[in-house]
Amino acid sequence: MAAERPQTAGDPLARDLEGLDALDAPRREREAALRRLGRAAWPKLAAVGLGIACWQLLVWSGWRPDYVLPGPARVFAELGELLGTARFWAAVATTLRRAAGGFALAVAIGSAVGVAVTRSRLLRGAVGAFLGGLQSMPSIAWFPFAILIFQLSEAAILFVVVLGASPSIANGLIHGIDHVPTLLLRAGRVLGARGFASLWHVVLPAALPDYVAGLRQGWAFAWRSLMAGELLVIIESRPAIGSQLHFARELSDAPALIALMIVVLAIGILIEGLFFGSIERWICRQRGLVEVA
Amino acid sequence: MSPGRAVRDLQGGADPSAARAGAAAVAVRIRDVSQTYHDGRSAIRALDRVSLEVAQGEFVCLLGASGCGKSTLLNLIAGLYHLKSGTIEVGGRRVALVFQEPALFPWLGARVNVEMGMRFRGIPAEARRRKAIELLRLVHLEGFAESRPHELSGGMRQRVALARALAQEADVLLMDEPFGGLDAMTRDVLHDELEAIWSRTGLSVVFVTHDVREAVRLGDRVVLLSSRPGRVVAEFPIEIPRPRRMDSAPVAERAAGITDRLREEVRRHGR
Repeated sequence: MAAERPQTAGDPLARDLEGLDALDAPRREREAALRRLGRAAWPKLAAVGLGIACWQLLVWSGWRPDYVLPGPARVFAELGELLGTARFWAAVATTLRRAAGGFALAVAIGSAVGVAVTRSRLLRGAVGAFLGGLQSMPSIAWFPFAILIFQLSEAAILFVVVLGASPSIANGLIHGIDHVPTLLLRAGRVLGARGFASLWHVVLPAALPDYVAGLRQGWAFAWRSLMAGELLVIIESRPAIGSQLHFARELSDAPALIALMIVVLAIGILIEGLFFGSIERWICRQRGLVEVA
Repeated sequence: MSPGRAVRDLQGGADPSAARAGAAAVAVRIRDVSQTYHDGRSAIRALDRVSLEVAQGEFVCLLGASGCGKSTLLNLIAGLYHLKSGTIEVGGRRVALVFQEPALFPWLGARVNVEMGMRFRGIPAEARRRKAIELLRLVHLEGFAESRPHELSGGMRQRVALARALAQEADVLLMDEPFGGLDAMTRDVLHDELEAIWSRTGLSVVFVTHDVREAVRLGDRVVLLSSRPGRVVAEFPIEIPRPRRMDSAPVAERAAGITDRLREEVRRHGR
């Protein structure tokens, strides 16, 4: 064995490497968080402003009478009033509780199906093709069946929300696992990853970006299914956003109807864009993938 | 780096491979390995009765043009491919492999990447961490322990990959054109680094390359493989004293001779 080379500060190899590293390492340009937020926010605000302006112009054109299509000012006044009522917040709570419960169950089922399909050739042949079909099935088409089986109950809503969301989640996971780079799998094997260790430490982390995209899409389906469900399955004692929307139409209360639609849209944007969007951006940043704004 | 490794001193005898086998334990013994791929209807013979021995502590460079099956051979030694014909013995030695791409896990920092192999072997967290930091220091990257792969340059990533391979405490290090994608300057420095680590650890290295000078720069012995099918056609012991330089006259001269022989091999495929 050769004698150990003295590791001193004067070691020319260490100095060469240090110099190269300083030159070659990619520079990280970090914008101030506040500035980034401002840069990301103004196009969105502009879009909202433009939308409201078009709406106002449409109202002014007299295309529909005021009691059918009220202007933004009246609707936002109605929305402000709505936000002050306990009944509204009870409705939001019910709807979000249903959404969270249904989505959680869909995540559990979708993930289990996804892993199972990638592990077994038989299951892939049997189930794989149907997942795509199930995903494209409009969730509202499930409701007559769900109401037949579960009557007008929470279970009927849950059933359809889970059916709406889980295929997307399963598909996202399957897609992610199928596209794990072979190089990483081989690197894992050389390092001694086998069976569950390989799945947990190599395959699933590598599949994470596609899985999160599946979760995001699954959430969108869950939210749509839930709104359809709440419009159809109305439980008297339990106010929900969908049922409030239904009552607003029954009473021809146009400002309340549009105000509730804005609430549905706002919750969707908040969870879809802010929550899932942030997770996706965080994963991309962490892995140095191209950041999609 | 001091010369005087037993392996090198014994080269240049009448039959170098026999002399080596007698002097030091054989780390890898490859006998009559043949491998055939089936590409649709036609069968491609990647390796044809390849026999090769690598002594403990020896640095062997496998050299050949494309299609010589050198990567196939490495994957077979690493156990990534199923061996169909012939035998490969490593005598219970642990084998590590460095790919041409760093193949780091992009969601983990440099240190945790180095720790992964130890985690799969069930080594406790604290010991893992200490060992990983020590290895990152060995590849001069202790300042980048928590950096993620995308925050490192290509050469730095490959050094993390090297540290990750060393963390397996392997006796045999297989390297598949590890510096192929790097610029000449970085590659030069990494040659020095690899040589320094090798001389300190007593590893056996099997280094695949298509660059003749790189092979002469690094190897105790250069093994020339023919293409389609891959066969061992010549072996060149390299007695140039270390440390060597890619651009030094003895290396260039030795490389020129081997290049002639390699060209001869390539020309056979022209017709």
